[in-house]
Amino acid sequence: MRSLSLRSPFQNCSEEVNSCLNKAIIYGYTYKKNPTSLSFPSPSYSKMDKEETKQRKFDVKEGGLLMKELRTSFNSGKTKSYEWRKSQIQSIATMVEEKENEIIEALYKDLSKPKTEAFVSEISMTKSSCKLALKHLKSWMMPVKAKTPWTTYPSSAEIVSEPLGVVLIISTWNYPFLLSLDPVIGAIAAGNAVVLKPSEIAPATSSLLAKLILEYLDKSTIRVVEGAVAETSALLEHKWDKIFYTGGARVGRIIMDAAAKHLTPVILELGGKCPALVDSNINLQVAARRIIAGKWVCNNGQACIAVDYIITTKQFAPMLIDALRNGVEEFFGKDPMESKDISRIVNLFHFNRLASLLDEDKVSGKIVYGGQRDENQLKIGPTILLDVPEDSLMMKEEIFGPLLPILTVERIEEGFDVIKSKSKPLAAYVFTDDEKMKKDFVQNVSAGGMLVNDTVLQLTVSSLPFGGVGDSGMGAYHGKFSFDAFSHKKGVLYRSFDGDANARYPPYTPQKQTLLKALIGGNVFGIILALIGWSRDDSDDHISV
Amino acid sequence: MRELEDGLAELRQTFKSGRTRNAAWRKNQLRALIQLIHDKEDKIFEALLQDLGKHPVESYRDEIGIIEKSAVNALNCLEKWMAPKKSRLPLLFFPAKGEVMSEPLGVVLIFASWNFPISLALDPVIGAIAAGNTVVLKPSELAPECALFLAEFVPLYLDCKAIKVIGGGADVGEQLLQQKWDKIFFTGSPRVGRVVMSAAAKHLTPVTLELGGKCPVIVDTLSSPSDIKVTVKRVIGGKWGPCSGQACIGVDYVLVEEKFAPTVIDLLKKTIKKFYGDNPKDSKNICRIVNKHHFGRLHKLLKDPLVAASIIHGGSLDEEKLIIEPTILLNPPLDAEIMTEEIFGPLLPIITLNNIQESIEFINSRPKPLTIYAFTKDETFQRQIVSETSSGSVTFNDTMVQFACDELPFGGVGQSGFGRYHGKYSFDTFSHEKAILQRSFFPELEPRYPPWNDFKLKFIRFGYKYDYFNLLLLLMGLKK
Repeated sequence: MRSLSLRSPFQNCSEEVNSCLNKAIIYGYTYKKNPTSLSFPSPSYSKMDKEETKQRKFDVKEGGLLMKELRTSFNSGKTKSYEWRKSQIQSIATMVEEKENEIIEALYKDLSKPKTEAFVSEISMTKSSCKLALKHLKSWMMPVKAKTPWTTYPSSAEIVSEPLGVVLIISTWNYPFLLSLDPVIGAIAAGNAVVLKPSEIAPATSSLLAKLILEYLDKSTIRVVEGAVAETSALLEHKWDKIFYTGGARVGRIIMDAAAKHLTPVILELGGKCPALVDSNINLQVAARRIIAGKWVCNNGQACIAVDYIITTKQFAPMLIDALRNGVEEFFGKDPMESKDISRIVNLFHFNRLASLLDEDKVSGKIVYGGQRDENQLKIGPTILLDVPEDSLMMKEEIFGPLLPILTVERIEEGFDVIKSKSKPLAAYVFTDDEKMKKDFVQNVSAGGMLVNDTVLQLTVSSLPFGGVGDSGMGAYHGKFSFDAFSHKKGVLYRSFDGDANARYPPYTPQKQTLLKALIGGNVFGIILALIGWSRDDSDDHISV
Repeated sequence: MRELEDGLAELRQTFKSGRTRNAAWRKNQLRALIQLIHDKEDKIFEALLQDLGKHPVESYRDEIGIIEKSAVNALNCLEKWMAPKKSRLPLLFFPAKGEVMSEPLGVVLIFASWNFPISLALDPVIGAIAAGNTVVLKPSELAPECALFLAEFVPLYLDCKAIKVIGGGADVGEQLLQQKWDKIFFTGSPRVGRVVMSAAAKHLTPVTLELGGKCPVIVDTLSSPSDIKVTVKRVIGGKWGPCSGQACIGVDYVLVEEKFAPTVIDLLKKTIKKFYGDNPKDSKNICRIVNKHHFGRLHKLLKDPLVAASIIHGGSLDEEKLIIEPTILLNPPLDAEIMTEEIFGPLLPIITLNNIQESIEFINSRPKPLTIYAFTKDETFQRQIVSETSSGSVTFNDTMVQFACDELPFGGVGQSGFGRYHGKYSFDTFSHEKAILQRSFFPELEPRYPPWNDFKLKFIRFGYKYDYFNLLLLLMGLKK
């Protein structure tokens, strides 16, 4: 029964995903025929197909064997040492350095991700994560002293970060490299054994990760399991010490439900409709560019923190649209469909999903810019829509693509209500020069994180926790937060044999209660009084039972 | 159901109004809570006596005192906790400001348990209020007097449009779980914990599970008689002291070297007599078993003939009064239920080992407990215990007191649960840490944007390395 309820929702999507996967590979072929200025070695899709058929079957039983092997390695204690953690993270850094071209190539195959974008958002970010972890690992691992109340005097206390055990990381296809390795770095830094399940929807990156991790990292503790629904379900049958999932809310629920069986804590990095509230008193050109950077320069809108929709005033909308249009043309040329600086849609399933958002009756007439699409190349141009109705699919679902609806309000403050009427997003953006509005936005809008007068950059700041709230997920990572996400914070209290207060022990007497009251309340005077047999407390007669 | 939904709608409305975000509101509620336990101390003593036969001193120590301490601490620290924390930013972002702000999650649900029916109900409520949430508290129906007390008096003292107590049994629990909450905080057993988490998954609601587990006490061979005496007192204090062993951080079993065991056992027996008198079943200083069901469960543990044969002290039961005498067992079979299940009652198995070092292996071969206690002066052994075992917390040379340390996170790992509370951790448990980055419109770094070219790629490379020197050269056109 359990496995049934676990699997059925997956099964629904398996066909569409799989058929899309095949199509995407086919379309990959067609697309690769297009000349590109970035000189990649010619892609070998036929080889990939072969590998795909060769892939051995991964089932619950095999999952059990893998789990057993990793648990044995974990129990040996090797992952707990500073040296092991350091060497593994160093290996990831080396791997990224040495295989930069292969990684960029895989990302190009999966998403036509432009080289610079791949470098900025995947390679560099992964490298920075390694660098940061290596720099701070020792201090992160150090126990933190904690104060003890003087009720327990003499004593000392500390908080020790200990690894959780064997953890499962299920990653996603839009930043298939970064979103796989970034949590892996955190899990290793915290001293865990790891299984990574990359997304089958970015097959080139998935198989590259499998190959590289085998080559560079400790095989007895860090593994990649490739696959789709069946493999993920098989993995979820087992007891993990933590599951870290990046993806959609629907699968997030399935993951959490599966985790509940084993009381496994989860981190869910989901998405949501990230709004950008645009006031009229701003540097319009800069704002427009930053919005474009947070939409189409982010994997063509296929990013969990990409701008999903804009809210601005009726009056200001035409100017904003003009600025956006100019910016898009400056960045991607007169015909963005020809630009090599923009990613394609990942597969036919998502292409059709986005097309159906555009084709809805009440939406199709709202396009004010763009709207071009090419099913063969899986391309959709940057598209701006004005005043899409709130009850349209586009305004109800996360868009996750290059469509940018602009909602207009009479007064910009009304935008707050629009945002609050929807579920909590992963990020909320505001562009304004009005200090009061900034403050109101920060105080009153709930979101995973927020950014004033820019987009997406919060992701690159390792001193800020990255994670959702409400429907955009739970748990956070990045920098030290990644280390914490994969650690258990163990409180350790050291007491001495001295200082034993008799009041703690039976037989209980009124005097003991008075003393306890003073002790717990930290009332020095009361303690002295109680000890010498006096009491200011007239509540002693409560005690008679 | 209808009533429940209306109540929930009201809580949502209150939260939306923003009232609970106010520091003043939070402080007033905390003050009111302190007032409540001051004013109604007698009623609380009475309810705990009815539900569990808890002596007022024990009630004060484990319930009223704990709540007062937590509430006062929260009241004193609130402003500090609420203040946004600055984050350091890379120079490249200049001018910019980064901070982390704690915001309330919304409407939260707290399930309390019956063994500390006041403190385990109100302690998380303090955290939820401090963090600015609206709250539904569901007390345990197994401590009916305390549940009644909370339902009657909490609304009289606290803002009843923001904090509601909903009493009832499993059916009410189920109805509550069908609703969408912004956080669920559960104290109880792993079995129900799974049900709670599974229900939470439907709404993507984060949960904190405070479960239990078999908390071991490692007793190293000690030489000083006074140390042995203190050890035994503290073991008894950690076993029969808190609700007659019906406590999640209560001592479950003792690990001791074979040659040292007789000394410990002898002193245990003597001290038990000193604390609870010649006839402990008549002692007012020890709680009774909460109900027939649990009495039957504990009785069943003892019925196993091999287990019964291992009883070396106590073992008598009074079904009428639901009292079980403090009972010590020596080496019951390890595969008997008493050693595989959490005992949660006044039975104390003592397991002897050849060498105390074996205790680490012993503990590691079982599910992770909420706490490990160890009495030892050997610092190497202490370090070994901390680094080689895993548990919610570790306490050396004492029992139970870690619960009173506001600076230590309290919570389990593995089978003993996840999430943590107490002090600032309670506040954090009921808050979302929102990252906020503030930028200005100037300066604008061109290389962030397409069309991409080599110059921009180089710029970004240096940027990520925070290599400002090369960045400057590049910008001046001096770097190829």
